[in-house]
Amino acid sequence: MLDSLALAVSVPLIGALLVTAVPGRAQGLGLLAALATLATVGLVTAEVWQQGSLRSDLGGWGAPLGISLVADGLSAALLAMAALVALAVSVYATGYFRRGETDTHFWPLWLLLWAALNGLLLAADLFNLYVMLELLGLTAAALGALTGTKAAVEASLRYLLVGLLGSLAYLLGVALLYTAYGTLDMALLGAAVRPEPIAASALVLMTAGLALKAALFPMHFWLPPAHANAPAPVSAALSALVVKAAFYLMLRLWLDVFAPLVTPWAAGLMGLLGAMAVVWGSWRALRAERLKLMAAYSTVAQIGYLCLFLPVLTALPTGDARDDLLVALLLMALTHGFAKAGLFLAAGLVQRSAGHDRIDDLGGTAQHMPATTFSIALAGIALIGLPPSGSFIGKWILMRSAIESGQWWWILPILIGTLLAAAYIFRVLSRAFNLEPTPRRFVTQARTEVPALLLALTAVAVLGLAARPLWRLLGFEGGL
Amino acid sequence: MNLDQMLPAVIVLSSLLPGIFIFLVKEESHLLRGVLNMTGAIVKLLLVGVMIWGVFHGHVYETRLTLAPGLTLVLHADALAVLFATLSSVLWLVTTIYAIGYLEHSPNRSRFFGFFSLCVSATVGVALAGNLLTFVIFYEILTLATYPLVAHRGTPDATRGAKIYLAYTMGGGALLLVGAVWLQALSGPADFVQGGFLSGLQPDVWWQLIAIFFLLLAGLGVKAALFPLHGWLPQSMVAPAPVSALLHAVAVVKAGAFGIVRVVYDVYGVGFADALGLLTPLGILAAITILYGSGMALTQDGLKKRLAYSTVSQVSYIALGASILGPVATIGGVVHLVHQGIMKITLFFCAGNYAETLGVHKVSEMDGVGRRMPWTTLAFSVGALGMIGIPPIAGFVSKWYLAMGAVEADAYWVLLILALSSLLNAGYFLPILYRAWFRPPPKRWPEEHIPAGRFETMGALLWPPLITAAFCLAAGLFAAAPFSPLEWATLIARREYGP
Repeated sequence: MLDSLALAVSVPLIGALLVTAVPGRAQGLGLLAALATLATVGLVTAEVWQQGSLRSDLGGWGAPLGISLVADGLSAALLAMAALVALAVSVYATGYFRRGETDTHFWPLWLLLWAALNGLLLAADLFNLYVMLELLGLTAAALGALTGTKAAVEASLRYLLVGLLGSLAYLLGVALLYTAYGTLDMALLGAAVRPEPIAASALVLMTAGLALKAALFPMHFWLPPAHANAPAPVSAALSALVVKAAFYLMLRLWLDVFAPLVTPWAAGLMGLLGAMAVVWGSWRALRAERLKLMAAYSTVAQIGYLCLFLPVLTALPTGDARDDLLVALLLMALTHGFAKAGLFLAAGLVQRSAGHDRIDDLGGTAQHMPATTFSIALAGIALIGLPPSGSFIGKWILMRSAIESGQWWWILPILIGTLLAAAYIFRVLSRAFNLEPTPRRFVTQARTEVPALLLALTAVAVLGLAARPLWRLLGFEGGL
Repeated sequence: MNLDQMLPAVIVLSSLLPGIFIFLVKEESHLLRGVLNMTGAIVKLLLVGVMIWGVFHGHVYETRLTLAPGLTLVLHADALAVLFATLSSVLWLVTTIYAIGYLEHSPNRSRFFGFFSLCVSATVGVALAGNLLTFVIFYEILTLATYPLVAHRGTPDATRGAKIYLAYTMGGGALLLVGAVWLQALSGPADFVQGGFLSGLQPDVWWQLIAIFFLLLAGLGVKAALFPLHGWLPQSMVAPAPVSALLHAVAVVKAGAFGIVRVVYDVYGVGFADALGLLTPLGILAAITILYGSGMALTQDGLKKRLAYSTVSQVSYIALGASILGPVATIGGVVHLVHQGIMKITLFFCAGNYAETLGVHKVSEMDGVGRRMPWTTLAFSVGALGMIGIPPIAGFVSKWYLAMGAVEADAYWVLLILALSSLLNAGYFLPILYRAWFRPPPKRWPEEHIPAGRFETMGALLWPPLITAAFCLAAGLFAAAPFSPLEWATLIARREYGP
């Protein structure tokens, strides 16, 4: 039986096996697998669009015995974003890696990471989530070390250890829940969980573990070196997708499984951490000497924005206003995914062309690469949250909901973060204006420049002007 | 979707699409770039012409695009929108011709003209914005599109000027955004409407409305260069002359002033704003800016800097007109939106001509420049005399209506401000005219780039200021003709205050 949910996980997995078996043709096979994965994800999204949600029990064994996969609007949207970003990264990788050296290692790990990501977004029970989370962390750390430099290996090793610590904390929470309720299926747990100490301890443990993996302030210390030292396509995937996966899981736990446990006080604490992440991450991004380090710190700040939604979400009663806010949260996450991937890909090109990525010494490099500079500018617009990007709409709805729910103070970190983001983005862009000779043409290497440009453009034009289908995808009022 | 619903969007796209293509044009393809530029400019002008006719006859042009529930992008052509859209599309055409001549042989033209087109698209978007969300969107895009133009030359000065510009406008934009979001949280999504949409709110939220007004004013005041938010304007004078012309006359400064007019008339409603006590602080701020700008202009030797401070002063006439309750003052303020635009763009074109042709950048170098460049100097004189308010040039009409409006509203202090300001205007413009026409020219000009041939300078540089100077005269001489700026402003005031 052909099952789109199972395919979305198994196709990249098969691809990973194929490129391992035929390393000589890794590039072609890898691209093929990427296209096939995108197609299966498109199928999942289309089915969710029509039916609202999907569930499939592998081998016919239902919960709580077998392995189940589920998809709803939230996971389908993230799945689709991940697939588009991953395809762009794959195309970019064919032009970025020189044949024969790193790319034989890159493709198997990369497709494995994609399979783990899809599995995580679709898993229905907490233990499978743990497995996928672990697989994701392992492949991500291995990919991060691909350049083989001392700094990269060091950063990735730390990334690996932190990731293991995070999943361990998460696993402990899972064990507690299993002892208390005898099931790990998220839907069943959601109905069973009562506000009692054991569930609260599980929530704290799992949140701490996931916050560590999502690099939520003050547990972000491992992220900037790991993301900044990885090869550009890997940095893009790590920052845009892997971090987001941990946050997705956290969101699921807070909104679905542990909803009765979440007190305004706890949500407020998450908001506070988010606010600090926004300010601190943006500030460090401004002070960063290197372009990729700047992009990495900006991820810390962007995860902070996502956490700012939590206190406002819990304060709003069920209804249109809360639905709008949830979509706004998703929109912010999607926009960041596209924009940050585009930014890292473009930064990789700048680094390759200049031989380094020290912002102050970039000189005429930016001016010589109009398409790449445009990608940085467009991605920057989305990261700042200026119109017409998707994050502008997200921030507008967040601020409006904050005022309406009487928590206007969350506006302050948003404003500070926005202005700091403008400062760090334009610090880079101002290097594109100097007395260097004029570039001859807009695009110089299409295979690497166009994916970056398209990703950044999606974050700005598509998500900013045509975000309405997201409401429909999540089954809310106000969609198409 | 029928034609009436598409027209506003098409007008915005008519410069946006050519702009995007221009980025992709190879640097050497002058002809293709020129054709794209001119096609966009002419098509836009024709479409705006259709819109003028339609709006006059009560046609409704409106494009709506739902971005999210409660967030709708609305482009709507009412009389005020058409006034600003016409101003920007006419002056864009003239400035494009000027810029093609001005930038001949200079590097990075594809980048320049690409952003130039984006900038005009954003300005027309600001003009046609039908609600505060749309206004904010295009207002921010305008900031983004003008930054590369200010930084264009790439010298350390240019980068610095652009940085200061960005710091001011981003800060202002953030305040504007908070104000707009807060307002939406109070009133729900609402379109601009003549007479405003807030007067129905309960008195216990009035304090919030007052706070929001000042947030919006701070955000708009940055671009409108209201004192003390004007600091970026003299710094951004490092930009090439066509950019300065466009920034000062049409795009940035005017977007701020236009926003103030929108907020006073179509968000709060001038009567309700008066009831909340918002007009007096606005008027005082405008008056201070008028005097301060003129005073600073007196002390500047750099010609463009002097013009920049003159802009600081002159744009606040528009805010001053909005701050006086009564139709006559409204007419004066709104018509100055156009009059200041055509006069100031003339002056900047001329300043650019002096710099490009003779290397004259300072007032002290302008002795006898009228003999070498009589036509340019003639155009400059028309603009300068108009700024002072000498009849029959456009500036006189604005000042006359502002003064009449002040008398009508018993705001006699405004007369004093107008008199003082005109005196100061004369103080910083007449010495320039005296030097240019009556002092003997020096033996050598600072840097003569373009020798005198058939014309005193290149044709593409000479015609634009002559055309806009003719506009200045026509707007004053034929002020009572149908479709003149004054008649159009009267139409706007009539619709605002009702029958």
